[in-house]
Amino acid sequence: MSKRTIIPFGPQHPVLPEPIHLDLVVEDEKVIEAIPSIGFIHRGLEKLVEKKDFIDYVYVAERICGICSAIHGQTYCQAVEEVMNIAVPERALYLRTIWGELSRVHSHLLWLGLMADGFGFEALFMHCWRLRETVLDMIEETTGGRVIFGSCKVGGVRKDIDKPTLERIVAKLNGMEKEIKEVTDVFIVDRSVKHRTVGVGVLSKQDAYELGAVGPTMRASGINQDMRKLGYAAYKQLKFEPIVETAGDSYSRCVVRIKEIFQSIDLIRQAAVQLPEGPIDVKVTGTPSGEFFARTEQPRGEVIYYLKANGTRFLQRLRVRTPTFANIPALVKLLQGCELADVPILALTIDPCISCTER
Amino acid sequence: MIFSMSKTVLSSLFSKPSTRLYPITQRVPFKNTRGKIEIDIAACTFCGLCSKKCPTSAITVTRADKKWEINRLQCLACDYCVLVCPKKCLTMENAYTTPAVATSKDSFKVARVPDNTADSKDS
Repeated sequence: MSKRTIIPFGPQHPVLPEPIHLDLVVEDEKVIEAIPSIGFIHRGLEKLVEKKDFIDYVYVAERICGICSAIHGQTYCQAVEEVMNIAVPERALYLRTIWGELSRVHSHLLWLGLMADGFGFEALFMHCWRLRETVLDMIEETTGGRVIFGSCKVGGVRKDIDKPTLERIVAKLNGMEKEIKEVTDVFIVDRSVKHRTVGVGVLSKQDAYELGAVGPTMRASGINQDMRKLGYAAYKQLKFEPIVETAGDSYSRCVVRIKEIFQSIDLIRQAAVQLPEGPIDVKVTGTPSGEFFARTEQPRGEVIYYLKANGTRFLQRLRVRTPTFANIPALVKLLQGCELADVPILALTIDPCISCTER
Repeated sequence: MIFSMSKTVLSSLFSKPSTRLYPITQRVPFKNTRGKIEIDIAACTFCGLCSKKCPTSAITVTRADKKWEINRLQCLACDYCVLVCPKKCLTMENAYTTPAVATSKDSFKVARVPDNTADSKDS
């Protein structure tokens, strides 16, 4: 038996700008075990809920994550609205859907860029981020922020998208589809890229199920589950099928995310056509009392907001289970038996967002 | 396939760059862009609602001195103070704050026009 060594990976690592630490137990070049440790950027945002008015906390909830901020805010609002029995206007639900999908497109393009950077394809990385910039412009034009939307509030949305702007956005997205396809095809067909992804880090369907993986990580292993199918916001009126791949390797996870970009663009197109006229918010009176679990689909997977209110303006408890937290056991499993050189790519394929995880 | 990237590479070779030469060409912000908070101090009643609602406590309002202060580095431009202001004297400008090397507070005070009474002696 060869000698075992422990190689530390992170919390500062070039491939991953976010602080997760992995102790890699290696035997020669093979990783035998990976022991994760997190807790480098804990901010105590769950505790803060006891000191912030439940209406004001939306702004904090949005800032839990810098990439999926729109959906964090939306999930929080959904949970509060459910507790308080607020009927949100249809138009607001559609606008939330459009912003949620825009955030998915930009998050996936960001991830594709990071992935390209991870296997050392700088030009591809730049092209993914060039396309992402166009989406960020759309977000900024409609909400005012590039990644922190600030558009959701309890009882509706804060900003409206007028018809000409929405039409322009849809036209732009339609034009972008071809460009995105040109760039994402490189991930799908390029031989040197496929060398790094095909058959690397296979997560079987059984493992994905048992370890509780979520989002694209789980769907790439053949489990058909997408929280958008629960029909929150406007998803019940939109036609889409969860994207599922069966191989469970890095390549499938990549393909799932690429297909989801096109799916999101299609959802925005559908929502833009169906967008009803009407008010965008309702007045919120009273205080929440009760508890609720809200589940939504973020770019990285399912997020759960549990909240408990006791009839005051301050919530008693808020618990956020973010997708990366659920995907860490899957990551640990993926890393067992892989080559040391594949570790950065494998860590990237679950699309880790540690700021989310630690809240 | 080996040359899957060549079309993109060629097109970007003959098209103009996607980036800007920053200090020379500046980005034009959108109308909605959340840049920085401005105040029309003459209309402010110093109710302090903005400072109470601010998620990061960046705003300090001193009613006695009729002073309104904002810590620009602490402000996260969420736009909430603009929303809650009863006098609508706060506005969100679409230009960002200029880069700073130190934390400082931007302070606004009501400039009283001295009249010919005892007050004018104090000032």
